[in-house]
Amino acid sequence: MSQDTIFALASGIGRSAVAIIRISGSQTSHCLQRLIGSVPQPRQAVLKTLRSDDGPIDQALVLFFPAPYSFTGEDVAELQIHGSQAVISRLLLELGRFPHCRMAEAGEFSRRALLNGKLDLSHIEGLIDLIESETEMQRKQALRQMQGFLSGQVTQWRRNLLQAMALVESQIDFSDEGDVSSVDLEHIVDRIKALILSLQEALATSGEGIRLREGLAVIVAGPPNAGKSSLVNFLARKDVAIVSSFAGTTRDLIEVPLQLDGMPITLIDSAGVRESSDPVEQEGIKRALARAQQADFGLWLTAPDQNDQPPPGPHWILVKTKADLFPSSPDDVLSISLQNGLGLDLLLDRLKAEARTRFGSGEAVVTRERQRLALEQAVQSLFRALDRLKDGSTLELAAEDLRLAGRDLGAVIGVVGVEAMLDHLFAEFCIGK
Amino acid sequence: MKREFDVIVIGGGHAGTEAAAVSARSGAQTLLITQKLSTIGAMSCNPAIGGLGKGHLVREIDALDGLMGLAADRGGIQFRVLNRRKGPAVRGPRAQADRKLYANAVQNLLFSTPNLSFYEGEALELQFNGRSVSAVSVSGGELFKTRAVVITTGTFLNGLIHRGDEREEAGRVGDPPSKALARSLSQFGFSMGRLKTGTPARLDGRSINWSGLESQAGDDQPEAFSMMTERLENPQIECGITYTTPETHRIIRENLHRSAMYSGQIEGRGPRYCPSVEDKIVRFADRDRHQIFLEPEGLDDPTIYPNGLSTSLPADVQTEFLRSIIGLEKVEIIRPGYAIEYDYIDPRELKRSLETKKCDGLFLAGQINGTTGYEEAGAQGLMSGLNAARYAGGQEAAILDRSQAYIGVMIDDLVTQGVTEPYRMFTSRSEYRLSLRSDNAPDRLTALGDLWGCVGSQRSQAFRKRMERLDHYRHLLDQKTLTPNEARDFGLNVNLDGVRRSAFTLLSHPDIGWEQIVAIWPELNETPADLTDRLLSDARYSVYMDRQERDIAVFKADEDLSLPDSLDYVSLSGLSAELSGKLMLVRPATIGHASRIEGMTPAALTLIASQAKRLQHKSDRAA
Repeated sequence: MSQDTIFALASGIGRSAVAIIRISGSQTSHCLQRLIGSVPQPRQAVLKTLRSDDGPIDQALVLFFPAPYSFTGEDVAELQIHGSQAVISRLLLELGRFPHCRMAEAGEFSRRALLNGKLDLSHIEGLIDLIESETEMQRKQALRQMQGFLSGQVTQWRRNLLQAMALVESQIDFSDEGDVSSVDLEHIVDRIKALILSLQEALATSGEGIRLREGLAVIVAGPPNAGKSSLVNFLARKDVAIVSSFAGTTRDLIEVPLQLDGMPITLIDSAGVRESSDPVEQEGIKRALARAQQADFGLWLTAPDQNDQPPPGPHWILVKTKADLFPSSPDDVLSISLQNGLGLDLLLDRLKAEARTRFGSGEAVVTRERQRLALEQAVQSLFRALDRLKDGSTLELAAEDLRLAGRDLGAVIGVVGVEAMLDHLFAEFCIGK
Repeated sequence: MKREFDVIVIGGGHAGTEAAAVSARSGAQTLLITQKLSTIGAMSCNPAIGGLGKGHLVREIDALDGLMGLAADRGGIQFRVLNRRKGPAVRGPRAQADRKLYANAVQNLLFSTPNLSFYEGEALELQFNGRSVSAVSVSGGELFKTRAVVITTGTFLNGLIHRGDEREEAGRVGDPPSKALARSLSQFGFSMGRLKTGTPARLDGRSINWSGLESQAGDDQPEAFSMMTERLENPQIECGITYTTPETHRIIRENLHRSAMYSGQIEGRGPRYCPSVEDKIVRFADRDRHQIFLEPEGLDDPTIYPNGLSTSLPADVQTEFLRSIIGLEKVEIIRPGYAIEYDYIDPRELKRSLETKKCDGLFLAGQINGTTGYEEAGAQGLMSGLNAARYAGGQEAAILDRSQAYIGVMIDDLVTQGVTEPYRMFTSRSEYRLSLRSDNAPDRLTALGDLWGCVGSQRSQAFRKRMERLDHYRHLLDQKTLTPNEARDFGLNVNLDGVRRSAFTLLSHPDIGWEQIVAIWPELNETPADLTDRLLSDARYSVYMDRQERDIAVFKADEDLSLPDSLDYVSLSGLSAELSGKLMLVRPATIGHASRIEGMTPAALTLIASQAKRLQHKSDRAA
């Protein structure tokens, strides 16, 4: 039977000034004994020489977090060493020689934290997003989730739901007990309506939250040779798209991640949209149109001598390119020139403004599709429950729907138990003859 | 008298009688040991059987050919289905019983059971062969050999009665506690706890001024508990309803310090849903009155049970506050109320068969497992007696799971969660409430009981007949169909979607009732009344049932993944000490069982499941 203590490089791969090795499990203090000859005071950094039987490995800053006050809930140690490949390899090799110690599998530290109840599912998701965050707004959002923003909301919703459930159940299980006054169904209905409203409010910004996590998709489209790739290159400030002056060069979709004022935006450079007999190009155009359907919005680029209209699909911002060549265009259309920089500031401002309305305040509660689905199912169950509460004869069906709503809410973070509902019930009622 | 039995049942209360009866019914030579044969079937608290959740249990006991439903039908003097205006899944049959008639019925049923012997006296000591129970010694000096023992001693383990500052060692008023047996059990180091419960004073009905009190009658068409009862014989009585007054509350408040419970003498925990009157007045101080039911204890018995007034105040205070209640101004007390504290064994010491994990062949049932109520006790008695007989006969344990019966819900709750207060059944404890109804208990359980050999041939035949009739009339409902246009012609509001609907499907529509269906197909009017309700509730829940069946399939898949006894949770890497401690204590039988342990996480379950699979794999290879 394995009683494994796990270890892994916790910092990034590659040469760096400092690298961190994390150890978690019951053998942690044994590892420290072997490496530095002692176990440091909890949560106090000490500078020590790490030693193996063959001599010193490196000098390190060592921290010890005894269970359960650690990230995983187990004994944890962190060794801050010099970030060279040789030092890291040597230390990992040494740790692997200790009994019951092995390299951690991917995500194993977090899994142990989940296992030991240090984090719930939404915390973990926040943690993952924080590690993967690329822009400032993503970082803020992920940090909020990791610190329990959604988790706290769900707890509140479940509390409200439990109140409604307790009221319904009191009318079912204790209707014969003289001391349980009959509750006005209206009262229960009001509570459920308030809960639905609060859930819908959270769901209303779920698009923003999910989008912020995934980044905004902005398609750059237009007839061939309108200057799409040139614009993408300018925005990305590096040559990512193949640019040539021959029409129809870009044959595939090229995605360029950008950060605008901390907002994550992925520009999609599409093939020029035009009638074509070249099968390869036709394929590129088909893909461009399909991607345009899914994009959050698009930039429709046309040169001044082109009058092509954008295909149906996302919201389009109309942009006239090559303004240096043909300086006059209607007022409601942005005119830009990559040659002399004309209108580019305006375009950037417009992009930011469009992005900002789609990211909202950046304080969405729901940031993942999984969470959104669970909450939407809960809302549907709650609506069905409302329907069943029209009169007292279908109370048990209302209760069933509330139970399902509870399960959906619980799925976001944990599980709802009958005992929790009964605890609530007994706190509020004088039950018993 | 014989000296060797297959099963010995200790205790003749509601758990013990069911245990002894089912054990004998399934062919085991059975001995029932009880302090007094005359108190077999006694209702030591309120004179009623059934209710919400509890009525379900009685119907399930009946479906397995137990005694309680039949005895309640023979002893019942007021039958009422609670929640009659609510959906069929949450209706609970209840009957107030004549104490004497009920006890007589239980005794008659029991004394005529083949394979069952009786011993009047005290069980003193259990004897063991290794870790297997082997014999029971009794107060008369005899020693009875046995393969299995069921202990159902209720509140008799270190029972202590409190009334004001008076204390008395007793199992119930007038009966000594089982001290020797408590000692015999203590050697195994079972984890124990202490609970309390209470009972109100009994009143002389002749001293009550009934004029001006409200009354509550039973149902016009009383409904029996048992499928085997053809008609209810007893006349039906009414109960009185009265209320406490501000004066009652004042008297109780001023004497709180004399209540055993409030002066700190009682350490055990009482049930939140059955509080003493002291509790009600302290916890719900804003209420100016509480409702009291005055329930007659028998047809020719003046004793009245004042339901809602359980108390541990001294007798003089009881008289004083009782006389401040409307209609009780001159009431005479037959016996004052009291609180009783008793030991229970942590039910997490039990397997789902109700056999203890520490001693083979030793089964526990009823209040000793931390439950309250006749019905909860009876249901455990039935399952423990059945399993004791099966154990003695070398058969596999009979288990009901949460998707099959309230009995399964209760036992799973007990052996998984343990108890912190006396455990009582509620319908809200069942996640499959819409499927587990009191109207379909036989259909859920009787065939299983037949398989287990605990259902007599009479019931078995009656059940088959019932199922044939049910299938026949259900088939009729499925066969009668009409188009949406035809339905509209009959005034039924259905979507014009071109789909033919059966009478059954139409009935699943909340706005369509039986009368409308009979108006379309008059021949359906021949459906017997006892089946109509049953078919209607099937139809009403059919939409929800599909989803519930999917839930049950998921649940069953988890229940099918069994966890070996050899699984060592302590050394399982990654489990918190708290969780592995709980797992070691509960020793879940399946992964589904493990998932219901409080504080269990999905990640921990994955870990346990993979470890179990690894062990399974290993033993497969070894074999």
